[in-house]
Amino acid sequence: MASTSMNWSAIDADPRFQELHARKTRFLWGLMAFSVVYYFLLPIGAAYFTDLYRVKVWGAINVGLVFALSQFLVAWGIAWFYARKASEFDAMAEAIARDANALGLQAR
Amino acid sequence: MNAKKFVLPVAALLALAAGPALAQAVSKEYTFLTFSVFGSIIAVTMFVTYLAAKRTKTAADFYTAGGGVSGLQNGWAIAGDYLSAASFLGIAGLISLYGYDGFMYSVGWLVAYITVLLVIAEPCRNIGKYTMGDILAFRNNPKTVKTFMAISTITVSTFYLTAQMVGGGVLVKTLIGIDYEISVAVVGVLMLAYVLFGGMVATTWVQIIKAILLVVASLVMVALVWGQYGFSLPAFLQAATADAGIQAQVARLLGDASRNLSAAELGQRFLEPGLLFKSPIDQISLGMALVLGTAGLPHILMRFFTVPTAQQARKSVIWAMAIIGGFYVLTLFLGLGAAMKVGAPAITEIDRGGNMAAPLLAQYLGGGKDSILGNLMLAFVAAVAFATIVAVVAGLVLAAASAMSHDIWVGVIKGDQTTSEEELKAARICSLIVGVIAIAIGILAKGQNVAHLVALAFAVAASANLPVVLLTLYWKKCNTGGVVAGLVVGTLSAIGLVLVSPNMTYPLQVKAAQEKIIKAQDERLAKLNSELPGLTDPAAIQKAQQGIAAAEKVKAGAQGAITALGDSKTSLVGLSEPLFPLRNPGLVSIPLGFLAVLIGSLLYRDRRAEEMWEELYVRSNTGIGRAGASAH
Repeated sequence: MASTSMNWSAIDADPRFQELHARKTRFLWGLMAFSVVYYFLLPIGAAYFTDLYRVKVWGAINVGLVFALSQFLVAWGIAWFYARKASEFDAMAEAIARDANALGLQAR
Repeated sequence: MNAKKFVLPVAALLALAAGPALAQAVSKEYTFLTFSVFGSIIAVTMFVTYLAAKRTKTAADFYTAGGGVSGLQNGWAIAGDYLSAASFLGIAGLISLYGYDGFMYSVGWLVAYITVLLVIAEPCRNIGKYTMGDILAFRNNPKTVKTFMAISTITVSTFYLTAQMVGGGVLVKTLIGIDYEISVAVVGVLMLAYVLFGGMVATTWVQIIKAILLVVASLVMVALVWGQYGFSLPAFLQAATADAGIQAQVARLLGDASRNLSAAELGQRFLEPGLLFKSPIDQISLGMALVLGTAGLPHILMRFFTVPTAQQARKSVIWAMAIIGGFYVLTLFLGLGAAMKVGAPAITEIDRGGNMAAPLLAQYLGGGKDSILGNLMLAFVAAVAFATIVAVVAGLVLAAASAMSHDIWVGVIKGDQTTSEEELKAARICSLIVGVIAIAIGILAKGQNVAHLVALAFAVAASANLPVVLLTLYWKKCNTGGVVAGLVVGTLSAIGLVLVSPNMTYPLQVKAAQEKIIKAQDERLAKLNSELPGLTDPAAIQKAQQGIAAAEKVKAGAQGAITALGDSKTSLVGLSEPLFPLRNPGLVSIPLGFLAVLIGSLLYRDRRAEEMWEELYVRSNTGIGRAGASAH
């Protein structure tokens, strides 16, 4: 299924692809690391900072509940942020894909 | 008691199958309602299947709906695949019995999709075609990696499938009282009808329909229960903490520790952590398996091959996250609502794990046990739960069957030399085989505690599937040696650790726990029996008599559990106590899986894998040369 008629190294070497790759890597893994850390703070906090979770902030609502609810907002926020950023990546990828034939053939 | 507190609900949550159901939720006179609602939903899905069958002409149609599903549709279908009965009934139940901890538990199921969104969905769409094996075959030895990946896919799907089949059988039995074997067979035959005739098209639409029904049912229930408090969150939670039933439940859970707490403090305690989860390390281990395992579940990954582009794959995860997250927020209201309106004792009387919390809340909101509307609502929620199980099972069977037909039969045995017609036929035969096996396993596993199997499926997916897919996509030096090592080590370590974990039944420990229960009930009986003669108030006498009857029942249950153990003294693998302290192996098996891929790749060395890296990386980032929707 791999069609090796394309010269992939030529595309890989293209500065635009290099930039796309670098920006995407930084962005995605940074966001990924943030989300993992933020998520694991919840069970860790529940186990070791129970007193903090008990502090009431609004009626019966305590810090623990606010933190748990914030997980949903943060997850949705990450999705929204990524979707916005991804359209930039899409545009870059599209430009490369448009020139791909020329690029690939050029180096052949 | 602590260990038991943790075991029962989590176990029941994960597979919806812990322990026998104690009572039937729908009284005999109203079963016709349940049957009619079940019948209507089945009729609608059958009609959809009929339409889908006409559109299923090629192998691509069968495996991936021809790649013609839109992002929005796929988002709903992913939600349908993911919101299994375990998360719908189970999490609402956990919140109704344990408050905050149940809600905290639901968070991991949503966060899991961030991994899918950021690093898995789009590259998979750009690189893969029908199966996970396709992704790995891109730059590795196709026959070798397809064989191992297919085995892993079938393993993960079978674990998940068994839990769903047994859970489905128990659910239908509890709700309408038909025999377990018949329930399992009905689930299996329906699912096979969807898959065999309609393939992925029908499976997708069944999942969409079911997800919409699930969300609508939950929204209606939340509106009814939250509306009583003017849709104010503080007022709703205040009412929960002031509820006498919830306060009593907290007192029961805390035992002696609750002596010095006031009623208000007990109620507030329900919104604080620690009523369910006693072992933070175990919980973190479970969190790891959820967050990383979801991205390695074959039936979830397969959904990304049904959309035409990486952009649509991204859009589908974002929709799925909105739906799934929104749904889990609703479970907070369902769970707390059930805790207030139905009460923990009534919930656990029907099912010890709390799985019936949402259906019972529906019954209450409709007007209660003796009203037609109440039973209609119960029937509707039950039918949605049933549809959920059938749809999830259909997705699982499709994933396992495509691994068998596309990876093993076409890829390995036929060396990719088949026509689309032959492959379609093979896919249908494999679906039939997997489906029949699923029904057989479901019936054979009757009464077994299969609760840990869903957790195990996630653990294997996180420890074996995710490392190999992730490193194939993102690490230049990854190769066939690493993939094989990762799949073998990840799968075996996850399964091995569970076999020696506290998930297994250790007869001596069970016996000790049950004897403790018997002793406590004996004391309660002695106390009640000595008080009874002195009582004059008829209400008090009735209460004491009820207490005696309840204690006798609990005692008989415990004695039954001891008898059921027979002469066995050791667990399945011959241990008298667990070797590995955690119920969830992820904390150890996930790093082992990654390590195995690293070491395997470095030892094996494969020039082709490195040469193919550039092509893979360019393709996965740009979508150039993506396998077309129906091209082969």
